[in-house]
Amino acid sequence: MSDTMTYTLTVNGEERSLDAPADMPLLWVLRDLLGLTGTRFGCGQALCGACTVHLDGQAVRSCVTPVAAVGRRRVTTIEGLGGSAAEHPVQQAWMAEAVPQCGFCQAGQIMSAAALLANHPSPSDEQIDGFMAGNICRCGTYDRIRRAIRRAAAKGESP
Amino acid sequence: MSTLTRRGFLVGLGAGTGLVLGAQRADARSLEPAAVAAIPFEPNAWVRLEPTGELVLTCSRSEMGQGVRATLPWIVAAEMGADFDRVTVVQAPGDERFGNQNTDGSTSIREFWPLLRELGATARWMLAEAGAAKLGVPVEGLVVEDHHVSDPASQRSIPFGELASAAAALEVPHHVELRPELAHAGKALPFTDARAIVDGSAVFGADTLLDDLVVAVVARPPDLGGHVVSFDDTAARAVPGVLDVIELPRWRAPAMFKEVGGVAVVATNTWAAMKGRAALPITFAKGKQGGSTTEGDEVAMRALVDTRGRRKRKVGNVERALDRAERVHTAVYEVPHLVHAPMEPPACVVSFTDDHCEVWAPVQAPQRTRKQVAAAVGLSHKKVTVNVTLLGGGFGRKSKPDFVREAAILSKAVGRPVRMQWDRADDIRHSYYHACSIQRMDAGFDEEASLVAWRHRVCSPSIFSTFVPFIQRPQGMELGMGLMDFALDVPNIAFETHPAPSRVRIGWMRSVYNINHAFANQCFVDELARGEGISTPAMLKRVLGPPRILTEREAHANIMNYGSSHQEHPVDVGRWYAIVDAVVEASGYEGEAPDGCAFGFAAHASFNSYCACVVAVGKDAQGRPRVEEAWIGIDCGQVMNEDRVRAQMEGAVIFGISIALYGRISVDDGAVQQGNFDDYPVARITDAPRKTHVVLASSGEAPGGVGEPGVPPVAPAIVNGWYALTGERVRKLPLVGS
Repeated sequence: MSDTMTYTLTVNGEERSLDAPADMPLLWVLRDLLGLTGTRFGCGQALCGACTVHLDGQAVRSCVTPVAAVGRRRVTTIEGLGGSAAEHPVQQAWMAEAVPQCGFCQAGQIMSAAALLANHPSPSDEQIDGFMAGNICRCGTYDRIRRAIRRAAAKGESP
Repeated sequence: MSTLTRRGFLVGLGAGTGLVLGAQRADARSLEPAAVAAIPFEPNAWVRLEPTGELVLTCSRSEMGQGVRATLPWIVAAEMGADFDRVTVVQAPGDERFGNQNTDGSTSIREFWPLLRELGATARWMLAEAGAAKLGVPVEGLVVEDHHVSDPASQRSIPFGELASAAAALEVPHHVELRPELAHAGKALPFTDARAIVDGSAVFGADTLLDDLVVAVVARPPDLGGHVVSFDDTAARAVPGVLDVIELPRWRAPAMFKEVGGVAVVATNTWAAMKGRAALPITFAKGKQGGSTTEGDEVAMRALVDTRGRRKRKVGNVERALDRAERVHTAVYEVPHLVHAPMEPPACVVSFTDDHCEVWAPVQAPQRTRKQVAAAVGLSHKKVTVNVTLLGGGFGRKSKPDFVREAAILSKAVGRPVRMQWDRADDIRHSYYHACSIQRMDAGFDEEASLVAWRHRVCSPSIFSTFVPFIQRPQGMELGMGLMDFALDVPNIAFETHPAPSRVRIGWMRSVYNINHAFANQCFVDELARGEGISTPAMLKRVLGPPRILTEREAHANIMNYGSSHQEHPVDVGRWYAIVDAVVEASGYEGEAPDGCAFGFAAHASFNSYCACVVAVGKDAQGRPRVEEAWIGIDCGQVMNEDRVRAQMEGAVIFGISIALYGRISVDDGAVQQGNFDDYPVARITDAPRKTHVVLASSGEAPGGVGEPGVPPVAPAIVNGWYALTGERVRKLPLVGS
């Protein structure tokens, strides 16, 4: 049983100190200790992607990322992606395409899509499907997710 | 203009500062004027217009992705002539004064649109009267649009807000005229919660934060009826953060909406609770379902459908007709148990204090939740407040408030607000499952290739077993979903049922028994078409018979019809034809399929709507079926929110792909064997068609259902397409598995 330790994380640009056992997944640190409930719990085994956040801009599944493994990497959650105005192009594209149905998976979908576009500003259809395959949407919004990613990519290309 | 038959009883509430309209009883079907008079006056505002012009509209149904928090308020606003950008939507708590709030059965629009239009028209009439008085002109010439009452003759215009108080002082009219059509009907509407969803602020079941909140998880008996014999909580209590370990009441049949027992671990955070549960050795005793296996049940069910069952419909003499037929086709179709697996596993927050209990929960049935929580903690339901959060998917799972009862019991036990958190294994292993079925179909053709006999036998457990355990065969309501109401133009017909055991709680999942019946009917029609050498849509039309409206008796409308009257929603074969033709044409089904693909077709009518589906099925790199392109059409009568209808159809294709390719819940020694998305896979983006075409072919009839009717034709269309591609006839779902 791991003892509780004090960690200082950089979350959405702010330093946050917290006490947690080393094995507590980042998901529960965010949700239960920091009150950032936008990151969702769907499977606990990195099978569904609902809990996706960024560490230094890379998409990770926070449900299987122990807090001790975060280190000095910058944590970005859905609350920090586009600020209070939801200004990130992926968020804007998500609204323009009316992607969500129930919406529960969409924070994770958006975080994955944002990481995809950061690495591949003009992804191919195969790259989109390949990168987004880890994010399940039970409502079945996949076609609109693709459209929104293409829309956000096109916006990124415009001058 | 049409004058509306009085459906609700509208009341004006306290003139105060603005116009407030309520409906004392919103359950249109049970409304009796005499009864209304006896109801105490308790305000429940549906429409509140502030002097600022802000319009506050109540949504009485639960939002789980179908767009009800946009569409229901929009109907009021459109009828009223309000600017939807000035609307604030408030969610109704669970309260019988809002009428039936059960958000299931694809009922929200088709049950509530008359009341909502009446509310909007009443508000419009009162504003117009107030405007006429203020402008000193007759009301007849006024235009009520865009949040203003305007007089075109004098070009004067008054904003709604300035008329709110004057309108509130008027008597509520008894008769109002509806607009001939709702402005912008069919266009994309604002999506009420889109912004909160994309910025992460949307509040789902686990997201209500309260002071002193603790988290509970439960280790439940693996089989239904199993119970806790003993447990050792030493290690669990040693986990930092664990506060308490509490045994829940033992489960006893009938299942109803009760928790299933087990041992709860209560902690200061979710991870501590989960670790405590993992460190909690429990000895469970098996219940009555111990020793049962799905494979064993299936052997027995297969044997049964080869024997005569209990007759539910008889026309002519089907045995004699099959004996004398020139050709007889027989096939047996199997659909396994399925589970909803909404992306949000059950989770909620309950705060119990001495004489009150407050709930924040993602529930499809807030009134049922209120009563169940009241019963679980021993309070009058009037002392229970149920706040409805957004639902992270429902699909029928969240109609069952067992998880809210658990939270309420534990909040009472620990004296603090409790968040109940189910994980994915809890969700998949302790659900209310879609009923499995084995169905045998027999059809006979005479020497002139006329269809002369049709026999449909179904062996399936019943949802009613969850409430009355001795019920073991499908009941009328269940057979009314795509079997009894399936139009047949055949001189000799028999429908028969056989019993099947319920090893698990049987519940309703999106589209319910229609999934099973459409699978059997529409695969069988495809087999008949190939056997008789005609196209599948042509065979379907031969089975359905000529366009006509079935009599109430032929449609068995008395046993189901999805709660609608036969007069408003008869079974109309012409509407079947029209949607079949529209989708066949849009897809090019009669021509060449895309490269490497073959077309599959199926159609189905349910929830008072008519759907058809064509898929282009190919193979993926591993040689497994893949839907490359899909066309899905719906005639759901008048369309209220076109974009959400399209979204529901797109989602139905994906839900149907999950059913066709992957879904299977099985039981071993009474326990569900699956536990996460690795062994209960659902469709991912890599399974999604490259393109999904939604064909809207509205008949202009009264609105039918939208959330569910798209699902049933998808799986048979895929199976039929797989046959066309490979020659392999699959009669047992799923095609791929885990």
